[in-house]
Amino acid sequence: MPARSGVVAALRDAFLSALVALGLFGAMIGLKTAVGPTSLVLVPRPWAVAITVGVVFAGRLGLLAWRAWRPAGTPSPRQVVAFGRRAGHSVAPLLLIFALTLPAYAGRYWLDLGILVLTYIMLGWGLNIVVGLAGLLDLGYVAFYAVGAYSYALLATNFDLGFWTCLPLAGLLAACWGIMLGFPVLRLRGDYLAIVTLAFGEIIRIVLLNWVSLTNGPNGISGIPRPTLFGLTFSMDGGPGSVADFFGVEPAITQRVAFLYYVILGLALLTNWVSLRLRRLPLGRAWEALREDEVACRALGINVTTTKLTAFAMGACFGGFAGAFFATRQAFISPESFNFMESAIVLAIVVLGGLGSQLGVALAAVVMIGGTEIFRDFAEYRMLIFGGALVVMMILRPRGLVSSRTPSVSLGAHKQISAELIAQGRG
Amino acid sequence: MAYALQQLINGLTLGMIYGLIAVGYTMVYGIIGMINFAHGDIFMVGAFLSLICLTGLAALGISSVPLALAITLLFAAGIAALYGWTVERIAYRPLRGSFRLAPLISAIGMSIVLQNFVQVSQGARVKPMAPLIQGDIPLLPGADFTTQISAMQIAIVVTTLLVLGVFTWLVTRTPLGRAMRACEQDLKMAGLLGIDTDQTISLTFVIGAALAAVAGLMFLLYYGVIDFYIGFIAGVKAFTAAVLGGIGSLPGAVLGGLAIGLIETFWSAYFTVAYKDVAAFSILVIVLIFMPSGLFGRADVEKV
Repeated sequence: MPARSGVVAALRDAFLSALVALGLFGAMIGLKTAVGPTSLVLVPRPWAVAITVGVVFAGRLGLLAWRAWRPAGTPSPRQVVAFGRRAGHSVAPLLLIFALTLPAYAGRYWLDLGILVLTYIMLGWGLNIVVGLAGLLDLGYVAFYAVGAYSYALLATNFDLGFWTCLPLAGLLAACWGIMLGFPVLRLRGDYLAIVTLAFGEIIRIVLLNWVSLTNGPNGISGIPRPTLFGLTFSMDGGPGSVADFFGVEPAITQRVAFLYYVILGLALLTNWVSLRLRRLPLGRAWEALREDEVACRALGINVTTTKLTAFAMGACFGGFAGAFFATRQAFISPESFNFMESAIVLAIVVLGGLGSQLGVALAAVVMIGGTEIFRDFAEYRMLIFGGALVVMMILRPRGLVSSRTPSVSLGAHKQISAELIAQGRG
Repeated sequence: MAYALQQLINGLTLGMIYGLIAVGYTMVYGIIGMINFAHGDIFMVGAFLSLICLTGLAALGISSVPLALAITLLFAAGIAALYGWTVERIAYRPLRGSFRLAPLISAIGMSIVLQNFVQVSQGARVKPMAPLIQGDIPLLPGADFTTQISAMQIAIVVTTLLVLGVFTWLVTRTPLGRAMRACEQDLKMAGLLGIDTDQTISLTFVIGAALAAVAGLMFLLYYGVIDFYIGFIAGVKAFTAAVLGGIGSLPGAVLGGLAIGLIETFWSAYFTVAYKDVAAFSILVIVLIFMPSGLFGRADVEKV
């Protein structure tokens, strides 16, 4: 194709894109509805439309140019995957060392961010059991997070129980809810399962919102006690029974933050360790077999009911742990923290990380949560970019960052399973 | 009795709106077997476009209500159709043939994008609108309770029936409709027989989005307030309607919508308003578990 006609075609394509953008954004961006003195009024914003349309035009042109003159040396996806596999062996220990030593040199802000990221890593690893290992698409994972958080908050404020007593209880209660959800949806698969779990998550949120006598409704529960270190508190006055008093150091807020950081790090590593060990057990193998083919599983005599229920229960249990931690860290919870968006974020982390890959989930959580944190200054555009990233990732790398995996157990040599052969979400 | 009749009228009006949205879900699911998660947000965009158009027309001094409604209907449906087309082109078409979860995740991403786009461009505040059509017609005058039907409700029902009539004609009587039904039965075979499947799928999204925009306009007229979050709940309810009617069945979607509207209204009237969404979601769960093929759906035969 002669270069000249190619340029003309590209310009025409970009012009058409800009025209579509004008249609899309002309009214929505160009005319902002605002509350006027008597009724709504329209505030025209022609420049915003012009800029958006210009960006679309330039972006489309740039994309076409990139496609036409892509550098020849761009590595193929297969090479990238092979490189990632080699790098993975060294990346995981390095990340662990980095995570363990972070409080030594990081300030308050970075520790808080670390706690946030680790919470999502833990949620991601918990959901990974359900979605990544057992192949059950769960869009209502936040329900278990909420159950854990409310269990701890209610037990602590009503019965005066401590964090370490309530943590197992919160996990247990969440696991019970996991089984309760699991029972009715045993027969469902794929998209239908996703929608039912979504509905379940919303039902939990609406009940939390409206059962005012128990949960205090939309006002939430405040004054949730902080965790203690073997009975030592992290009070700022440094009185008797506090960590500062016991070790004879100045009380500082960073001590509590660092402690919380290590608590969530420990919980997350526990989740990781349990799921890695479970993958070696017959149960874990049954999960993976279930993900690949439910009918074959049945034919081979695997009890599908218990396999699915344990997957829901284990995933929910870790969600409950994470929820209890969330409650103690925030010291305040309300139903607003447990909306569908949270489920979507956690699912996105699992999917972007590559279903079933522990390291991938951790990396995805760092990128997504850390990444959106960087855009905090543009808080309004944060979720916009997040949603766009989901779409772009699905188009460019639908298998996630770490996109192929070896089976946990195999006869003889470890054979690579091509990602395309794995029919996730089908059963 | 009069009270129940009143709830029946209100429920049918609401059900019409859900039915219009449900048609979009069921069409897309019928053809490419994916849940178009962003469909509820297209409905929300349609409501906002209607609000902008109605406000603009009022500012221009067009006071004839039927004229304003007709212009708004065409404007909102047209632009929303463009949104539907763009969403399919950007987020779904590149993923055709990808693994099963990919379009669903992409659709969730698109839903987040649309919601936040409207929040950023139009503001997060709830947008109120003065009622456009006023007046009530008493049906059963009673001593303590008068059953009445408002002019607004009549307008909503008539418009919805008109739009659905045009839509039915489109699906059953035109070449496009035939192509759509062929694609729904067997996408690959339809392609082999010379149907441009890409174009048919695009047009399915366009039509679904236009219907959703009409529903958005009706929602705006009925409730008078909208915000950027209405799409999510309405979307899940409309999906429930589609499932209840049997996913893939067009009359089923409308009837399912009516059923959901009635259930929600009667639940609010006789039980608690706070839990009306729980009622709708519970129906979704119950239907999916006990009769996943719905009222008019085909039973899914699984071949191993």
